[in-house]
Amino acid sequence: MTWFAVLGTAVGCYGLKLAGWSLPARVLEAERVRRAAALLPLALLSGLVVVQVFGDGRALVVDARAAGLVAGGVAAARRAPFIVIVVLAAATAALVRAFAVYIGR
Amino acid sequence: MNRGRIFRDAAAIGVAVGAYGLGFGAAGVTAGLSVPQTCALSLLAFTGASQFALVGVLGAGGSVAAGMAGALLLGSRNTLYAVRLAELLRLRGPRRQLAAQGTIDETAAMAVTAPSELAGDAFWSTFVAVYLCWNAATLLGALGAGIVDTRALGLDAAVGAAFLALLAPQITGRTAARVAIGGALIAGVAIPFTPAGVPVLLAAFAVVPAVVGGR
Repeated sequence: MTWFAVLGTAVGCYGLKLAGWSLPARVLEAERVRRAAALLPLALLSGLVVVQVFGDGRALVVDARAAGLVAGGVAAARRAPFIVIVVLAAATAALVRAFAVYIGR
Repeated sequence: MNRGRIFRDAAAIGVAVGAYGLGFGAAGVTAGLSVPQTCALSLLAFTGASQFALVGVLGAGGSVAAGMAGALLLGSRNTLYAVRLAELLRLRGPRRQLAAQGTIDETAAMAVTAPSELAGDAFWSTFVAVYLCWNAATLLGALGAGIVDTRALGLDAAVGAAFLALLAPQITGRTAARVAIGGALIAGVAIPFTPAGVPVLLAAFAVVPAVVGGR
Protein backbone atom coordinates (compact mmCIF):
# COMPACT_ATOMS: atom_id res chain seq x y z
CA MET A 1 0.00 0.00 0.00
CA THR A 2 2.89 2.33 0.72
CA TRP A 3 4.40 1.49 -2.69
CA PHE A 4 1.02 2.35 -4.23
CA ALA A 5 1.13 5.77 -2.53
CA VAL A 6 4.75 6.32 -3.56
CA LEU A 7 4.27 5.39 -7.22
CA GLY A 8 0.85 7.03 -7.49
CA THR A 9 2.29 10.26 -6.14
CA ALA A 10 5.23 10.00 -8.55
CA VAL A 11 2.99 9.47 -11.58
CA GLY A 12 0.61 12.21 -10.50
CA CYS A 13 3.36 14.74 -9.83
CA TYR A 14 4.97 14.08 -13.22
CA GLY A 15 1.59 14.37 -14.93
CA LEU A 16 0.97 17.74 -13.29
CA LYS A 17 4.37 19.00 -14.49
CA LEU A 18 3.90 17.70 -18.04
CA ALA A 19 0.40 19.16 -18.26
CA GLY A 20 1.80 22.65 -17.84
CA TRP A 21 4.29 22.06 -20.65
CA SER A 22 1.62 20.64 -22.94
CA LEU A 23 -1.14 23.22 -22.73
CA PRO A 24 -2.01 24.68 -26.16
CA ALA A 25 -0.09 27.82 -27.09
CA ARG A 26 -3.20 29.98 -27.21
CA VAL A 27 -3.74 29.31 -23.49
CA LEU A 28 -0.18 30.45 -22.83
CA GLU A 29 -0.60 33.58 -24.90
CA ALA A 30 -3.63 34.92 -23.05
CA GLU A 31 -2.47 38.06 -21.24
CA ARG A 32 -4.04 37.07 -17.93
CA VAL A 33 -2.49 33.59 -18.01
CA ARG A 34 0.90 35.20 -18.61
CA ARG A 35 0.43 37.59 -15.71
CA ALA A 36 -0.83 34.84 -13.44
CA ALA A 37 2.05 32.53 -14.35
CA ALA A 38 4.57 35.33 -13.81
CA LEU A 39 3.17 36.28 -10.40
CA LEU A 40 2.24 32.85 -9.02
CA PRO A 41 5.76 31.84 -7.96
CA LEU A 42 5.90 35.01 -5.85
CA ALA A 43 2.69 34.12 -4.02
CA LEU A 44 3.59 30.46 -3.57
CA LEU A 45 7.19 31.09 -2.49
CA SER A 46 6.12 33.61 0.14
CA GLY A 47 3.45 31.15 1.29
CA LEU A 48 6.13 28.47 1.53
CA VAL A 49 8.35 30.77 3.60
CA VAL A 50 5.54 31.29 6.12
CA VAL A 51 4.62 27.61 6.27
CA GLN A 52 8.23 26.47 6.64
CA VAL A 53 9.18 29.09 9.24
CA PHE A 54 6.03 29.66 11.30
CA GLY A 55 4.08 26.43 10.77
CA ASP A 56 4.16 23.58 13.27
CA GLY A 57 1.39 21.25 12.20
CA ARG A 58 -1.69 23.42 12.51
CA ALA A 59 -0.11 25.82 14.98
CA LEU A 60 1.59 29.12 14.21
CA VAL A 61 4.76 29.36 16.25
CA VAL A 62 7.67 31.79 16.54
CA ASP A 63 10.80 29.80 17.36
CA ALA A 64 14.45 29.62 16.37
CA ARG A 65 13.45 29.31 12.71
CA ALA A 66 12.09 32.89 12.85
CA ALA A 67 15.48 34.14 14.07
CA GLY A 68 17.02 32.30 11.14
CA LEU A 69 14.58 33.96 8.75
CA VAL A 70 15.44 37.43 10.07
CA ALA A 71 19.16 36.74 9.57
CA GLY A 72 18.49 35.36 6.09
CA GLY A 73 16.25 38.34 5.30
CA VAL A 74 18.96 40.84 6.23
CA ALA A 75 21.39 38.96 3.99
CA ALA A 76 18.83 38.83 1.16
CA ALA A 77 18.18 42.58 1.45
CA ARG A 78 21.92 43.11 1.03
CA ARG A 79 21.83 40.90 -2.08
CA ALA A 80 24.02 38.22 -0.53
CA PRO A 81 24.50 35.02 -2.55
CA PHE A 82 21.95 32.25 -2.08
CA ILE A 83 24.25 29.98 -0.07
CA VAL A 84 25.18 32.80 2.35
CA ILE A 85 21.50 33.48 3.03
CA VAL A 86 20.78 29.82 3.69
CA VAL A 87 23.85 29.08 5.81
CA LEU A 88 23.36 32.25 7.86
CA ALA A 89 19.75 31.29 8.58
CA ALA A 90 20.68 27.75 9.61
CA ALA A 91 23.59 28.91 11.77
CA THR A 92 21.41 31.54 13.49
CA ALA A 93 18.69 29.01 14.27
CA ALA A 94 21.27 26.51 15.52
CA LEU A 95 22.85 29.17 17.77
CA VAL A 96 19.48 30.23 19.18
CA ARG A 97 18.65 26.61 19.98
CA ALA A 98 22.06 25.95 21.53
CA PHE A 99 21.67 29.08 23.65
CA ALA A 100 18.17 28.05 24.74
CA VAL A 101 19.52 24.67 25.83
CA TYR A 102 22.39 26.42 27.67
CA ILE A 103 20.18 28.84 29.65
CA GLY A 104 17.68 26.08 30.29
CA ARG A 105 20.22 24.22 32.41
CA MET B 1 24.33 38.16 -14.40
CA ASN B 2 26.48 35.95 -16.64
CA ARG B 3 26.67 32.22 -17.31
CA GLY B 4 29.37 31.60 -14.69
CA ARG B 5 27.34 33.33 -12.02
CA ILE B 6 24.31 31.25 -12.99
CA PHE B 7 26.26 27.98 -12.73
CA ARG B 8 27.63 29.01 -9.33
CA ASP B 9 24.15 29.90 -8.10
CA ALA B 10 22.80 26.60 -9.43
CA ALA B 11 25.50 24.68 -7.56
CA ALA B 12 24.75 26.66 -4.39
CA ILE B 13 21.05 25.89 -4.71
CA GLY B 14 21.92 22.22 -5.18
CA VAL B 15 23.91 22.21 -1.95
CA ALA B 16 21.15 24.02 -0.04
CA VAL B 17 18.53 21.62 -1.38
CA GLY B 18 20.84 18.79 -0.37
CA ALA B 19 20.55 19.94 3.24
CA TYR B 20 16.78 19.84 2.82
CA GLY B 21 17.09 16.40 1.16
CA LEU B 22 18.86 15.01 4.22
CA GLY B 23 15.81 16.11 6.18
CA PHE B 24 13.47 14.46 3.70
CA GLY B 25 15.38 11.17 3.71
CA ALA B 26 15.26 11.11 7.50
CA ALA B 27 11.58 12.14 7.55
CA GLY B 28 10.63 9.39 5.09
CA VAL B 29 12.20 6.60 7.11
CA THR B 30 10.94 8.09 10.39
CA ALA B 31 7.42 8.11 8.89
CA GLY B 32 7.66 4.38 8.26
CA LEU B 33 8.69 4.21 4.60
CA SER B 34 11.56 1.91 3.62
CA VAL B 35 14.82 3.37 2.30
CA PRO B 36 13.95 2.29 -1.30
CA GLN B 37 10.47 3.85 -1.01
CA THR B 38 11.92 7.10 0.30
CA CYS B 39 14.52 7.20 -2.49
CA ALA B 40 11.92 6.30 -5.15
CA LEU B 41 9.90 9.35 -4.15
CA SER B 42 12.89 11.64 -4.63
CA LEU B 43 13.89 10.01 -7.93
CA LEU B 44 10.42 9.86 -9.46
CA ALA B 45 8.18 12.45 -7.81
CA PHE B 46 11.08 14.94 -7.43
CA THR B 47 9.14 17.77 -5.84
CA GLY B 48 10.11 18.36 -2.24
CA ALA B 49 7.01 19.90 -0.72
CA SER B 50 4.77 17.17 -2.18
CA GLN B 51 7.10 14.47 -0.91
CA PHE B 52 7.14 16.00 2.58
CA ALA B 53 3.35 16.27 2.46
CA LEU B 54 2.95 12.58 1.59
CA VAL B 55 5.30 11.22 4.24
CA GLY B 56 3.97 13.74 6.76
CA VAL B 57 0.41 12.51 6.35
CA LEU B 58 1.40 8.82 6.23
CA GLY B 59 3.66 9.27 9.26
CA ALA B 60 0.86 10.96 11.21
CA GLY B 61 -1.37 7.95 10.49
CA GLY B 62 -3.30 9.60 7.66
CA SER B 63 -4.77 7.60 4.80
CA VAL B 64 -3.01 6.90 1.51
CA ALA B 65 -5.73 8.93 -0.24
CA ALA B 66 -5.25 11.92 2.06
CA GLY B 67 -1.49 11.71 1.66
CA MET B 68 -1.70 11.56 -2.13
CA ALA B 69 -4.28 14.35 -2.31
CA GLY B 70 -2.05 16.66 -0.28
CA ALA B 71 0.97 15.78 -2.39
CA LEU B 72 -0.86 16.34 -5.68
CA LEU B 73 -2.46 19.61 -4.52
CA LEU B 74 0.99 20.88 -3.67
CA GLY B 75 2.41 19.51 -6.91
CA SER B 76 -0.16 21.46 -8.92
CA ARG B 77 1.93 24.60 -8.59
CA ASN B 78 4.48 22.89 -10.81
CA THR B 79 1.84 22.97 -13.56
CA LEU B 80 1.81 26.73 -13.24
CA TYR B 81 5.61 26.93 -13.26
CA ALA B 82 5.58 24.72 -16.37
CA VAL B 83 3.25 27.13 -18.17
CA ARG B 84 5.75 29.90 -17.53
CA LEU B 85 8.78 27.76 -18.44
CA ALA B 86 7.18 26.49 -21.65
CA GLU B 87 6.80 30.10 -22.71
CA LEU B 88 10.41 30.94 -21.76
CA LEU B 89 12.22 27.88 -23.09
CA ARG B 90 10.00 26.72 -25.99
CA LEU B 91 11.12 23.06 -25.97
CA ARG B 92 9.81 20.17 -28.10
CA GLY B 93 9.72 16.36 -27.96
CA PRO B 94 11.93 14.39 -25.55
CA ARG B 95 13.63 17.52 -24.23
CA ARG B 96 10.25 18.81 -23.13
CA GLN B 97 9.38 15.51 -21.45
CA LEU B 98 12.70 15.56 -19.62
CA ALA B 99 12.31 19.22 -18.68
CA ALA B 100 8.88 18.39 -17.25
CA GLN B 101 10.50 16.25 -14.55
CA GLY B 102 12.71 19.19 -13.58
CA THR B 103 9.83 21.64 -13.18
CA ILE B 104 10.05 22.64 -9.51
CA ASP B 105 10.26 25.78 -7.34
CA GLU B 106 14.03 26.19 -7.64
CA THR B 107 14.39 25.66 -11.41
CA ALA B 108 11.40 27.88 -12.18
CA ALA B 109 12.71 30.64 -9.92
CA MET B 110 16.20 30.46 -11.46
CA ALA B 111 14.93 30.44 -15.05
CA VAL B 112 12.50 33.29 -14.44
CA THR B 113 15.11 35.42 -12.64
CA ALA B 114 17.87 34.93 -15.22
CA PRO B 115 18.22 37.23 -18.25
CA SER B 116 15.99 35.71 -20.95
CA GLU B 117 18.87 34.56 -23.18
CA LEU B 118 20.29 32.57 -20.22
CA ALA B 119 16.97 31.14 -19.02
CA GLY B 120 17.76 27.74 -20.55
CA ASP B 121 21.19 27.56 -18.90
CA ALA B 122 19.65 28.57 -15.59
CA PHE B 123 16.93 25.93 -15.85
CA TRP B 124 19.07 22.96 -16.89
CA SER B 125 22.02 23.69 -14.58
CA THR B 126 19.69 24.10 -11.61
CA PHE B 127 17.79 20.93 -12.58
CA VAL B 128 21.00 18.86 -12.74
CA ALA B 129 22.46 20.31 -9.52
CA VAL B 130 19.23 19.92 -7.56
CA TYR B 131 18.45 16.45 -8.94
CA LEU B 132 21.88 15.06 -8.03
CA CYS B 133 22.04 16.70 -4.60
CA TRP B 134 18.40 15.98 -3.71
CA ASN B 135 18.69 12.27 -4.49
CA ALA B 136 22.13 11.77 -2.95
CA ALA B 137 20.98 13.60 0.18
CA THR B 138 17.74 11.63 0.35
CA LEU B 139 19.72 8.38 0.36
CA LEU B 140 22.13 9.68 3.03
CA GLY B 141 19.28 11.03 5.15
CA ALA B 142 17.30 7.81 4.86
CA LEU B 143 20.33 5.71 5.84
CA GLY B 144 21.32 8.10 8.61
CA ALA B 145 17.83 8.72 10.01
CA GLY B 146 18.10 9.20 13.72
CA ILE B 147 21.84 9.91 13.63
CA VAL B 148 21.83 13.49 12.30
CA ASP B 149 19.97 16.01 14.43
CA THR B 150 18.61 18.31 11.69
CA ARG B 151 17.02 20.66 14.23
CA ALA B 152 20.20 21.17 16.24
CA LEU B 153 21.99 22.09 12.99
CA GLY B 154 19.24 24.57 12.11
CA LEU B 155 18.54 22.77 8.83
CA ASP B 156 14.78 23.20 9.23
CA ALA B 157 15.35 26.99 9.29
CA ALA B 158 17.46 26.71 6.12
CA VAL B 159 14.41 25.58 4.16
CA GLY B 160 12.39 28.74 4.76
CA ALA B 161 15.47 30.87 4.11
CA ALA B 162 16.04 29.05 0.82
CA PHE B 163 12.54 29.95 -0.34
CA LEU B 164 13.11 33.54 0.80
CA ALA B 165 16.40 33.65 -1.13
CA LEU B 166 14.54 32.52 -4.25
CA LEU B 167 11.74 35.00 -3.67
CA ALA B 168 13.75 38.15 -2.87
CA PRO B 169 15.22 38.85 -6.35
CA GLN B 170 11.76 38.55 -7.90
CA ILE B 171 10.31 41.40 -5.84
CA THR B 172 11.01 44.06 -8.43
CA GLY B 173 8.05 46.39 -8.01
CA ARG B 174 4.91 47.23 -6.09
CA THR B 175 2.74 44.60 -7.73
CA ALA B 176 5.29 41.88 -6.99
CA ALA B 177 5.64 43.06 -3.39
CA ARG B 178 1.86 43.11 -2.90
CA VAL B 179 1.52 39.58 -4.29
CA ALA B 180 4.32 38.29 -2.05
CA ILE B 181 2.89 39.92 1.09
CA GLY B 182 -0.58 38.69 0.18
CA GLY B 183 0.67 35.13 -0.26
CA ALA B 184 2.42 35.22 3.11
CA LEU B 185 -0.67 36.57 4.89
CA ILE B 186 -3.02 34.05 3.30
CA ALA B 187 -0.74 31.13 4.16
CA GLY B 188 -0.34 32.34 7.73
CA VAL B 189 -4.07 32.73 8.27
CA ALA B 190 -4.76 29.33 6.68
CA ILE B 191 -2.24 27.28 8.70
CA PRO B 192 -4.50 26.76 11.76
CA PHE B 193 -7.60 26.00 9.69
CA THR B 194 -6.52 23.78 6.82
CA PRO B 195 -4.66 20.46 6.39
CA ALA B 196 -0.93 20.45 5.72
CA GLY B 197 -0.19 21.55 2.18
CA VAL B 198 -3.34 23.60 1.66
CA PRO B 199 -2.05 26.97 3.02
CA VAL B 200 0.54 27.16 0.24
CA LEU B 201 -2.11 26.48 -2.41
CA LEU B 202 -4.42 29.13 -0.98
CA ALA B 203 -1.53 31.61 -1.13
CA ALA B 204 -1.88 31.42 -4.93
CA PHE B 205 -5.04 33.52 -4.62
CA ALA B 206 -2.80 36.49 -3.79
CA VAL B 207 -2.31 36.97 -7.55
CA VAL B 208 -6.05 37.47 -8.18
CA PRO B 209 -6.20 41.27 -7.63
CA ALA B 210 -3.16 41.83 -9.86
CA VAL B 211 -4.44 39.52 -12.61
CA VAL B 212 -8.10 40.55 -12.58
CA GLY B 213 -7.34 44.22 -11.98
CA GLY B 214 -4.87 44.21 -14.85
CA ARG B 215 -2.35 46.31 -12.95
